[in-house]
Amino acid sequence: MPVPRLRSLLLALLGVSAWWLVYRSLEPLGRWLAFRLLGLAPGSRLGAAVAFFAYEAPKVLLLLVVVVFGVGVVRSFFTPERTRAVLAGRRESVGNVLAALLGVVTPFCSCSAVPLFIGFVTTGVPLGVTFSFLISAPMVNEIALVLLFGLFGWKVAALYAGTGLIIATVAGWIIGRLKLERWVEPWVYATATGPAAGGSDAPLAWGDRFEFGREAVKDIVGRVWPFVLAGIAVGAAIHGYVPQDFMASIMGKGAWWSVPLAVLIGVPMYSNAAGIIPIVQALLEKGAALGTVLAFMMSVIGLSLPETIILRKVLTLPLIATFVGVVAAGILVVGYVFNIVL
Amino acid sequence: MASRLIEILGSGCAKCEMLAQHAEQAAQELGLDYAVIKIKDPVAIVRRGVMQTPALVVDGQVKLQGRVLTAEHLKEYLR
Repeated sequence: MPVPRLRSLLLALLGVSAWWLVYRSLEPLGRWLAFRLLGLAPGSRLGAAVAFFAYEAPKVLLLLVVVVFGVGVVRSFFTPERTRAVLAGRRESVGNVLAALLGVVTPFCSCSAVPLFIGFVTTGVPLGVTFSFLISAPMVNEIALVLLFGLFGWKVAALYAGTGLIIATVAGWIIGRLKLERWVEPWVYATATGPAAGGSDAPLAWGDRFEFGREAVKDIVGRVWPFVLAGIAVGAAIHGYVPQDFMASIMGKGAWWSVPLAVLIGVPMYSNAAGIIPIVQALLEKGAALGTVLAFMMSVIGLSLPETIILRKVLTLPLIATFVGVVAAGILVVGYVFNIVL
Repeated sequence: MASRLIEILGSGCAKCEMLAQHAEQAAQELGLDYAVIKIKDPVAIVRRGVMQTPALVVDGQVKLQGRVLTAEHLKEYLR
């Protein structure tokens, strides 16, 4: 093995072990900071809130860096062009499933939803299949997935990913069945889409893929860390000050109206996944039902006002309303099913 | 002096502005005779075969999609 490669391998190993050591010692460190350094009483509300923040904030940020780096590397294998090539001309059902799956790994930013939408529907990707992609891309969010895994374990993470994929598949399929092409702005289908331009799918060496990971960390972590800290601060306040089981009466299984309410509140709200999950964690801890919380989280992350405003450029209002309605209904069903089953 | 037509494709989001600034800086440092044009119209973006913004087009050729590189990195695409 050549020396520079050996050295970067050693550096990477060193980095990973350092990360692991820091990660493992966060819990005692957080307690030490809250109860020893600041001298707060372990049983006090402020003490509980501060200890929560001091532990969760660095933990979530550390997880975030690793996840975003990994996802950046994975995404370097996927481009919208390749995804489109897979989806173009697909039969509906199969196409919906594939689109939902590819929506998870294909690089997507709601700021380029419009060119992506036009690029898909004008080159033979059915409308419903395009919607499956557009629903799953923000909803099955890799940050959410890994934070859920880190905070609640694999079951909740798998539930979230599975139900998100099902909603994206079924909602896209329904939109396809409804034959709503006439509600797409007419100029969209008249657009002469250029051949795939490349520039995002040049063959890459592993070094370049790691560079993608680093770019993603710089960009995403640099952008979302205030959301994360704000989310953890709210979570910490709930953790320390909201009485145990307080949420059980409002967001518990018994309160049937809590699921639609959670969706109604969640849809216009917009937050990064990384910011909403610490809040979710604190709500669950205080007795909120998993289905209700999951519904809330999905409607915050999956349906956002900014994205629907962006999509308004290419979709007429009835289609936007159908899209939001179908997805919200799917989230509602998921919320109820989980509250009944679990 | 080499001349370059630099197009920045994107809806005008923060990332597009950043890419435009970096491209401008790179072109200046290379001493190019250049013009930077921002293209925000989605039809014009799709016509260039681009689905990921921001994108960098140099002399009609799409060089980058969905990435914001530093001025230093962009130089190799402008030379």
